[in-house]
Amino acid sequence: MSAPRAPGAAAPHPSDAAWLLVFACWLVATSATLGALFFSEVMELPPCTLCWYQRIFMFPLVLLLPMGLFPFDAKVVRFALPLALAGWLVSIFQVLLVAGWIPESIRPCSQGVPCSEVQVEWLGFVNIPLLSFLAFSTMNALLVAAHLRSRP
Amino acid sequence: MSRKSKRKQATQDAPAPQAPARSGGISRRSLFIAAVAALLLAFVSGALFYSSEKAQAAQRLAAKNRELLASAHSPSYGNADARVHIVEFLDPACETCAVFYGHVKKLMADNPGRIRLSTRHVPLHQGSEHVVRMLESARAQDKYWEALAAVFAGQDRWTVNHRVYPERAWPALEGLGLDLERVRREMNAADIAARMERDAADARTLGVTKTPEYFVNGRPLPRFGLEELQALVREELRSAYQ
Repeated sequence: MSAPRAPGAAAPHPSDAAWLLVFACWLVATSATLGALFFSEVMELPPCTLCWYQRIFMFPLVLLLPMGLFPFDAKVVRFALPLALAGWLVSIFQVLLVAGWIPESIRPCSQGVPCSEVQVEWLGFVNIPLLSFLAFSTMNALLVAAHLRSRP
Repeated sequence: MSRKSKRKQATQDAPAPQAPARSGGISRRSLFIAAVAALLLAFVSGALFYSSEKAQAAQRLAAKNRELLASAHSPSYGNADARVHIVEFLDPACETCAVFYGHVKKLMADNPGRIRLSTRHVPLHQGSEHVVRMLESARAQDKYWEALAAVFAGQDRWTVNHRVYPERAWPALEGLGLDLERVRREMNAADIAARMERDAADARTLGVTKTPEYFVNGRPLPRFGLEELQALVREELRSAYQ
C-alpha cells in the first residue's frame, strides 16, 4: 500500500528506467576514465597505443552523457552508442592480442609499450585490457537497454 | 499539500512532462552530484594513499640497502668528511640530469665543505653506456668531474630527441687535458665493465627506474622535484650542522 503521491512527484514512467540506465552508463564511463587516469598518472604506467584509442572513445562519454541526463533526452543514446561501439571493438582487439589469439605480425604497436604486455594482473587473469573490455561491454548493453526502454 | 512539494512542483513545470526531475525519492540532480563527489573523492584519496605508500616503500628499501648506496668504487666529489652525502643515480644522456647537475653544484657551492656528492651510472638510453665508459675511463686520468660537466654541457649535440649518437660525444671531451687516445684504449677494460654492472645491480635493488634519482644521507626524495631535493638537503644540513 503506497501512500498517495504528492501531485508534483513522478508517477512511474518509462523514461525513469531509461534515465537510470543512461546514468549507470555514465557511472561506468567515469569510473573507467578515473581508473585509466589512475593507472597512467598515479601509478605512472605508460599507456600503449591501443589504450589511447580506447581512451579517445571513453573519455568523451563522461561529458556527453550528462548532457542527455539533464534534462533527459533519450536521443543521447544515438550520440553515445557509436563511441561506445568503436571503443568496444578496439578493446576486443586488445583482449585477443593479450590472449595471444592475434599473431605477432599484425600487432600494431612496435614502439613504446607493447599492447600485448600485461602490466597489472589481479587474481591471475584480470588485467587492464580486460577491465576496458568489460566497461565497454557494460556501457553498450546499458545504452541499448536505455534505447529500448525509452521507445514509446 | 505541504509547502515543500508546492515549491518542487513550481520548479518542475519547466521541463517536459515526461521528464520528471524526481525519481524514487531523491532528485536526479542530487544523485548525479553525489556520484561525481564520490568518484572524485575515491580518486583523490586513492592517489594520495598510493603515493604515500610508494614513498614509504622507497624509504624502507633505501634504509634496508643503505650500504649499496655509495659503494667505494663510485666517483666522489667534495669534502670527504662532509656530513651530508648526496648519492645521485644519473644517465649522461638524460636531459633532466643535465639540468639538475647545475643545481646540485650550486647547493654544494652554497654550503662549502658540508656536502659530498657521489654518482652512480644508470645508462637508461640506448647507446649512453658508451658515454658512461668514456666517463669511467676519464677517471683513470683524474678528470671524471670535468668530463661529466663537459658531457652534460654538450649533451644536445650528441643526444637528439632521446636518441644517443655516442661518437658525437667525443668532441665534448676535447680541451680538458685528457689523453683521448688513452680514454678510447681503456674504456673497454674489465674493471670498468664490472663497475657498470655493479651500478646497474644496485640500481635494480634500490628500485631506481628513472634518472636522476637522489638519496640524501640515505633518504630518497619523497617526490621527484628540484624543490623536494633542495628541501631534503636543507633538512639534512640542519640536522647535521645544528
